[in-house]
Amino acid sequence: MTDLIEMTGIGKKFAGVIALSDANLSIRPGEVHAIIGQNGAGKSTLIKVLTGVYRRDTGDVRMAGRDLTLTSAREAQDAGIATIYQELSLVTLRSVTENVIMGYEPRTRLGLIDWRAAHARTRQILTRFGVDIDVTRPLGQYSTAIQQLVAIARAVSLKAQLVIMDEATSSLDDQEIETLFSVVRGLKQDGVAVLYISHFLDELYRICDRVTVMRDGRTVATHDVADTTKLGLVTEMLGRDAGEIQTAGLTALSGGHSDPGPVLLQATGLRTRTGLRGVDLTIRKGEILGLGGLLGSGRTETARALFGLDPLISGQITHHSGAALDNPATAITRRIGFLTEDRKVDGIIPHLSVRENITLAILPQLRKGGAIDRAREREIADYYIKALQIKTAGMEQPIRELSGGNQQKVLLARWLALEPEILILDEPTRGVDVGAKFEIQSIIRAQVAAGLSVLLISSEFEELVEGADRIVVLQDGRSVRELHNPGLTQDALIGAIAQHQDSEVAA
Amino acid sequence: MNAPDQGRFALDPARHGAGIALIVIVIFNLIVTPNFFQPQTLFVNISQMATIAIVAMGMTLVIATGGIDLSVGAVMALAGALAPLIFLSEFAQANPVPGLIAAIGLPILIAFCCGVFNGLLVSRLGVQPIVATLILFISGRGLAQVLTNGNLQTFSHPSFSYLGTGRVMGLPFQGWLVLIIAILLSWVVARSTFGRQLLAVGGNERAARLSGIPVHRVKIGAYAICAGLAGLAGLIVVAINSASDAARIGNLMELDAIAAAVVGGTLLQGGRAPILGAILGAIIIQLVKYTLLANGIADEVALIAKAAIIIAAVYLQQARKE
Repeated sequence: MTDLIEMTGIGKKFAGVIALSDANLSIRPGEVHAIIGQNGAGKSTLIKVLTGVYRRDTGDVRMAGRDLTLTSAREAQDAGIATIYQELSLVTLRSVTENVIMGYEPRTRLGLIDWRAAHARTRQILTRFGVDIDVTRPLGQYSTAIQQLVAIARAVSLKAQLVIMDEATSSLDDQEIETLFSVVRGLKQDGVAVLYISHFLDELYRICDRVTVMRDGRTVATHDVADTTKLGLVTEMLGRDAGEIQTAGLTALSGGHSDPGPVLLQATGLRTRTGLRGVDLTIRKGEILGLGGLLGSGRTETARALFGLDPLISGQITHHSGAALDNPATAITRRIGFLTEDRKVDGIIPHLSVRENITLAILPQLRKGGAIDRAREREIADYYIKALQIKTAGMEQPIRELSGGNQQKVLLARWLALEPEILILDEPTRGVDVGAKFEIQSIIRAQVAAGLSVLLISSEFEELVEGADRIVVLQDGRSVRELHNPGLTQDALIGAIAQHQDSEVAA
Repeated sequence: MNAPDQGRFALDPARHGAGIALIVIVIFNLIVTPNFFQPQTLFVNISQMATIAIVAMGMTLVIATGGIDLSVGAVMALAGALAPLIFLSEFAQANPVPGLIAAIGLPILIAFCCGVFNGLLVSRLGVQPIVATLILFISGRGLAQVLTNGNLQTFSHPSFSYLGTGRVMGLPFQGWLVLIIAILLSWVVARSTFGRQLLAVGGNERAARLSGIPVHRVKIGAYAICAGLAGLAGLIVVAINSASDAARIGNLMELDAIAAAVVGGTLLQGGRAPILGAILGAIIIQLVKYTLLANGIADEVALIAKAAIIIAAVYLQQARKE
């Protein structure tokens, strides 16, 4: 059987920096193939070479035995390759049907769009996925999960032979992931190949047939998933020794659990228009306070309210200084930092350099006359690049050229440069690779040991359970319970979330 | 760190497009246009280019915030209409020096206030820049015409006319003005906190706000500087002509300024403010106008040529992305 896709000896440089060298990838018809690797390993670049977003410098790409050189998204679609990106590229204001058929509308004899056929086809595909929705309504009215399925429906309707899913599950909840997986299995049965990129190794064991591991722009190995172990894969991804990883533990956040210091910040009965309906919490000096809960329980909204981003309808935030925290600038002068969840949307300033991104929150401190104290700025940037081991060509490199994990470190540096008293961390290790994750966790732990207070939001329960001194459990915008370490287990946390969930249903 | 140095002398059209275009235009003129290589030609072009450059530099700051200012031409007209009213008044006739200061200072101050108004609409009220500045685009020129009863005001006022006709070390005064403003603004963009905040707001407004940057104030500042510079340009136009016609001062200037900024490498989505690029853009636009005019081609055709330049500039901007 010839491979559907065969990429050999792919090389790609950006401004002299090697992004890919001698990368190989083969995908068989009807298989689910995973690519794994740390951030910056070259996964995205390889896919963009395949789909024609980037032009390769060297190597060959063949599809079903024939040479394939694509230069646009349209050509990729016509060739039968559909990509479902992390950030969905759909038009949320238009109907579900329009999103599925866009660019390939069925026509009536008069050359008008045949809406009846279009709706019917869309409905038919979505029903096959087990999704029963009104296809005439705007896509934006549906959840991210549905939108993702609509993107896949579009791929199916275009008769794609290969569907590429880039971090498809990162914003879905468990049940939605289940649905997505059953759709993937359905595609496979129809003979469609799926290229699957994910940071979650567990998912790989559930739906993937083969896996290609990438490291430093090279493809290190391709295995049948059944022949691999998690530890083996992690070892290959990091290029490190297996024993070393095993002894280091799951996260680097564990260790603290000191006696609580004085109260720095107290919130009572927070209600906001963004969905908080009664949140109480207390942050003490030198501790990590975790916020637990499901997606949509109000964790990020709580963080935003504390940072002065969303006005309160009722409730009170008391800072030990007595200052009213009603906008970010005030919070920052009171040495409160907020590392946001969405790096791209709320974090990086893409055109500015690493240096300029690091010192953004401390500009008032660097002001000398009307100018920026350049010597001091360089000193600070240099210090944090070294301290956090940020991999960059230099402090003048634009931040957009850095890998996700290193961008995250730059943003962490932005807030550490403030020498904060309280640091709010919203999913600090999401979307970064295993190595950077470990480093970021160690940095946070070291800062807490030195007296920093952290409010930690994380969807990874092990981070919360190992790291937090206390966890406030949120549900539907309310704080429902507080759990204390030591002695906390993941089961206890899940239990606490589930228990209240159940009682809510019963009531 | 030295990566950009590699291609320093290679002519990459995406990076050096504006420079190449300028060289091509100059060579073309040297061959085709009669009397191009004459001091007089240089002076005419500098004095014409200066107003475009001054407005384009302000426009660059506004575009760097992710906005746009359509009202610059109307603000020029307003400032240009006010100045003669002031220096021809009885007060100014009686007190020439304070009168002259008022005739220059007041119109610029009022232009500045127009910018603050634009900035408030855009930042505090969240009106889209194109709509917000459309208000003064329409009403500013109307106001200027009402102030002058729609009359052409002619005057003879040598010290005011120095703005447009004076020479310093043999070169037009407004050329020096461009140089001073360019140095000042380049410093602001590269070294000042305001400049950094401006680029941050344009690069990612949400992130800037989360980092404690006073987003509203920065935007108001950008629009105010832009309008203030437009006011100055309006005065220069009036000074050159020794006449003020509210219907014509700064007509279509917003398009020239936006074009100059874009040709100079400003990204319309914000986040970059190449001040020297704006001047380069202004020079190119002026030279194209001059080339066509000097070779007897109608003004209408010049407009089409301008459009072609903008398309080429935007195309090169797109190509510059990886």
